[in-house]
Amino acid sequence: MSLTNERIQQRLTEKFGDVVTGFEEPYGMLTFTAQRDSNLKVMQFLFDDEELRFQFLTDITAVHYPERKNEELAVIYHLHNFVDNVRIRMKVFAPVAAPKVFTATSLFLSANWMERETYDFFGVDFVGHPNLKRILNVEEMTYFPMRKEFPLEDSMRTDKDDEMFGRGGNI
Amino acid sequence: MLDQKQHVNLPQGSIEKTTTTLNLGPTHPATHGVFQNILEIDGERIVSAESTVGYIHRAFEKIAERRPYYQITPLTDRLNYCSSPINNMGWHLTVEKLLGIEVPKRVDYLRVIIMELARIADHLICNAVMGVDTGALTGFVYLMTYRELIYEIYEEICGSRLTTNIGRVGGFERNFTPAAWQKIHRFLDEYPKALKEFETLLTRNRIFIERTQGVGGIDAKRAMSYGFTGPNLRAAGVDYDVRVASPYSSYQDFDFTVPIGSTGDCYDRYLVRNAEMWESISIIRQAVEKLKDLPDDVYHAKVPEFYLPPKQDVYTKMEALIYHFKIVMGETDIVPGEVYNSVEGANGELGFYLISDGGRSPYRLHFRRPCFIYYQAYAELVQGAMISDAIICMSSLNLIAGELDA
Repeated sequence: MSLTNERIQQRLTEKFGDVVTGFEEPYGMLTFTAQRDSNLKVMQFLFDDEELRFQFLTDITAVHYPERKNEELAVIYHLHNFVDNVRIRMKVFAPVAAPKVFTATSLFLSANWMERETYDFFGVDFVGHPNLKRILNVEEMTYFPMRKEFPLEDSMRTDKDDEMFGRGGNI
Repeated sequence: MLDQKQHVNLPQGSIEKTTTTLNLGPTHPATHGVFQNILEIDGERIVSAESTVGYIHRAFEKIAERRPYYQITPLTDRLNYCSSPINNMGWHLTVEKLLGIEVPKRVDYLRVIIMELARIADHLICNAVMGVDTGALTGFVYLMTYRELIYEIYEEICGSRLTTNIGRVGGFERNFTPAAWQKIHRFLDEYPKALKEFETLLTRNRIFIERTQGVGGIDAKRAMSYGFTGPNLRAAGVDYDVRVASPYSSYQDFDFTVPIGSTGDCYDRYLVRNAEMWESISIIRQAVEKLKDLPDDVYHAKVPEFYLPPKQDVYTKMEALIYHFKIVMGETDIVPGEVYNSVEGANGELGFYLISDGGRSPYRLHFRRPCFIYYQAYAELVQGAMISDAIICMSSLNLIAGELDA
């Protein structure tokens, strides 16, 4: 018997109650929010439980929502159960002032670089990570470039002299 | 006269140190891309390795937040540039999933042909390069002819070769030309013979086996924990293939097997890739066969809100002009929502996590790049191995620098 989204939701609410909220199914993938201090407990349960078996970490990333007060950063986990071929998405919200989230490196070795990447671009501080430093950007960088307060350059600006690069000028 | 200080200014502990630090890369010709590994070696044996990535990071995820959907396709080209059509189509499929577009069967099959050609192009390079790294240049030179032929097919279909930007959201920008079909048939005729000969060069070659067997092995459990996908995971014995697990682009209509290995070492990875090339050839043949029963003038879905009209119509017809304007100026309504879609890339599960807030560009787009995730296992795979094994291990993992750094 394959695992259904309703069954996963039922198991999670039985075990955690109010810790897991906001269940929805955009495009068929069960999505829910876990409280920030229990993300690891929820993932451990999803990993160990004999029925759920979410033992493959597909992806970790983050999204910045500047307008949500005290939960500006969302850390998004995509988990996959290979046996029943079910995917779920778990979200953890953290305030941008102190974005501390527990690391998943104790459960998944692959979380190491994915969390470093998330730290690098969003500044999510993964508590307990063995080697939390920048990965794709230079180490001297002092800001987190994927946050929304850094807009991309306006492509219509006219004050820039690009003549030396073969663009613009009078030709 | 040298400054005396230069002679005494050595790092702490460097005199007592018994190991040597070696920088392998970032521009070493044997690493096939911009990869740097700081190796701690004892003689020729690797004690530890530290990988440094990010040399060609181009901030695609940030750039994508300002571009309209159809302009993101060229960004995906530059991820895994050995098989760009798979990335392009993965992106189109993601947008189609978000918008709920159903494409005709013929488009699905045409996409399957292109994606499988791309898979062959990618695998043949990887396996041929493994031959080069073990000292057998012949196979590489020999198979390169057929990658050239695949690139000519791309060129016939979309006009470019490496960074293809092939297809559009909803289908293809033009139908396959007779010349393209002729080249596809030529490829199907000639490539199996070449691949057979390539296999006789390497598969049972004593030197090749000695160099690759037992090198860079990983067991299934650890490979899963490290986030391996694609041929590298299948070589370790896990039969996970996105084409089978969650079929996209009508892969459920095709009959193919998923080859798996057992030890997860370089030799198994080589065998799995070779076996997959045979499966890909068979899939292309099946697709060509299935296309015979379908009308041959359908090459895109009827979604005028998202599919750019032909240029001659824009000049002469009012509806086409209106849609052209709406698409280019970003006036089309995109549904808000979040979607994760993945395709079986040539080196693993290539995922697109897209959040739309209804604007003309994505609110957030994240690429799940398979080799970024499994490259972190490299330090463990080469620990205790010789330097020359580290080179083969790297080429057998099929790492693509563009994808690694996004």
